[in-house]
Amino acid sequence: MKGGGLRAYALIYLLFLYAPILLLPIFAFNSGTIIAFPLRGFTTEWFAQMWGNASLRRALTNSLTIAVSSSILATCLGVFAARASTRFAFPGKGPIMGLIMLPLVLPEIIVSISLLVVLLSLGVQLSILTVILGHTLICMPYATVILSTAFNSLDRSLEEAAYDLGETRISAFRLVILPLVMPGIISSLLMSFTISLDEFIIAFFLAGNEPTLPTYIFSQLRFPKQIPMIMALGTVLVLLSIALLTIAEYFRRRGIAKTGAKDTGGFL
Amino acid sequence: MASGNRSQTAQGLTLIAPPLGYAVLVLAAPLLTILAYSFFKDGYLTVIREFTLENYRTVWADPIFHRIMLRSLGVAALVTLATVVLAFPVAYFLSFAVSPQKKAMWLFLITIPFWTSYLIRVFLWKVILGYNGVINSGLKTLGLIEQPLTFILYNVNAMVITLAHAYAPFAILPIFIALEKIDRSLLEAGRDLGESRAMTFWRVTLPLAMPGVVAAALIVFIPTIGDYVTPALIGGGKIPMIANMIQAQMLDLDNRPMGSALAVTAMLIVAVISLAFIAVNRRFLRVRQ
Repeated sequence: MKGGGLRAYALIYLLFLYAPILLLPIFAFNSGTIIAFPLRGFTTEWFAQMWGNASLRRALTNSLTIAVSSSILATCLGVFAARASTRFAFPGKGPIMGLIMLPLVLPEIIVSISLLVVLLSLGVQLSILTVILGHTLICMPYATVILSTAFNSLDRSLEEAAYDLGETRISAFRLVILPLVMPGIISSLLMSFTISLDEFIIAFFLAGNEPTLPTYIFSQLRFPKQIPMIMALGTVLVLLSIALLTIAEYFRRRGIAKTGAKDTGGFL
Repeated sequence: MASGNRSQTAQGLTLIAPPLGYAVLVLAAPLLTILAYSFFKDGYLTVIREFTLENYRTVWADPIFHRIMLRSLGVAALVTLATVVLAFPVAYFLSFAVSPQKKAMWLFLITIPFWTSYLIRVFLWKVILGYNGVINSGLKTLGLIEQPLTFILYNVNAMVITLAHAYAPFAILPIFIALEKIDRSLLEAGRDLGESRAMTFWRVTLPLAMPGVVAAALIVFIPTIGDYVTPALIGGGKIPMIANMIQAQMLDLDNRPMGSALAVTAMLIVAVISLAFIAVNRRFLRVRQ
């Protein structure tokens, strides 16, 4: 077997990566109120508690509103950025793309604090709208990367053929390019949705008094009594994220297969 | 052709305008505001728009800032070292031993934990490492230890483990990409010229993988320095890092010029270190692929 030792190491590494996630369901179904071994018995009480929690429901509604809005906004902006960067040459391209990609490496605390200072000095009321503003910004680079892959694998002659057959620039985009990059768009939407749903720092600083799922979780972690319910919530969220990411990955690959390009792997 | 180029330029600029405008308004303008604030005076509940270097003088003279900045740098350096060293063999395995059809699957498996519930993952490390945590209660049940292990409790070690776990995929991807770019015939050439497997790795593979290693180090180091959640949850708020200090200055103490000066200083320090790191590894980065 090629790379036997390395394979074993990689599997152990994978186990390390998944260790916390694997513990979640164990404690979510454990009837003991303290998160420790030995386990007590099996219970679904924490899930029932989660279901009946009104403030959690409000946080969920807020989070979903924010995630849907910012994933759509980020993907729209990403389509522009990806199309511009893969198809056209223009002055200042490097620095411009650098600025758009900057949130990828800039610590979120800097993004959120600077945005907060500006919003407060402009007298803007903090709400879920201000969180959408921030989440769109941090999702935009990811959307741009995913969509650039999609646009990059486009064959330019297809577009030229459409022009030759009398389509205008806009109708060619709608009829030829858009269907081909559609899997990339879906993948970008799902990715941005997952990122926004899970994002804490920006929501923490910019949401004012409105709870989102992560800020609600953060506020509850201080109360030992609430922890089992948070474990149940975490289990649901992890399953949801994995499902969304799997669908995103499926569409990303289908998009690559559709345009006949080689799969280069990964989201980044 | 000249007019064609101009229309290309015009089209490109028109297309890039919306995302660029957004980034300028929501990112660049706020960053510049922070920069401007850092030179203003703090009045009671207001900011006095008068140029001063006083904030920076205070920041640089503040022993608490020195301690917290050094701690943040230390934690980030340890996390970077741990993630890159631990990730390299995995990236190597993915690039050299996994069949091409399975590579995407492996990468997907590695990135999944990164996207799921950051907050809960951090909290779970506290649960795993804590006084009555999974490791301690597990080892006690097995009868291996009498007293809980204390070196992993709510301290810098625990923060390093948690952050190394959180940023692991970030380190694997750039290294993997660099390894994928290596022309396999170079390795065969090395072997044909009589180098051992280990020497070929040391003299051919590793230098060619260095751009990926440098990228991985920076992409882990920079966000780790600014991490807010881990010190807040794992350190129990008692061992703050620079992000917690900025937040306290900006919101709890409501001293925005001072908080801004802190943020700008921290960003400058990180930028200088990153550039120095790139300069040190300059000779690897010029490698032709």
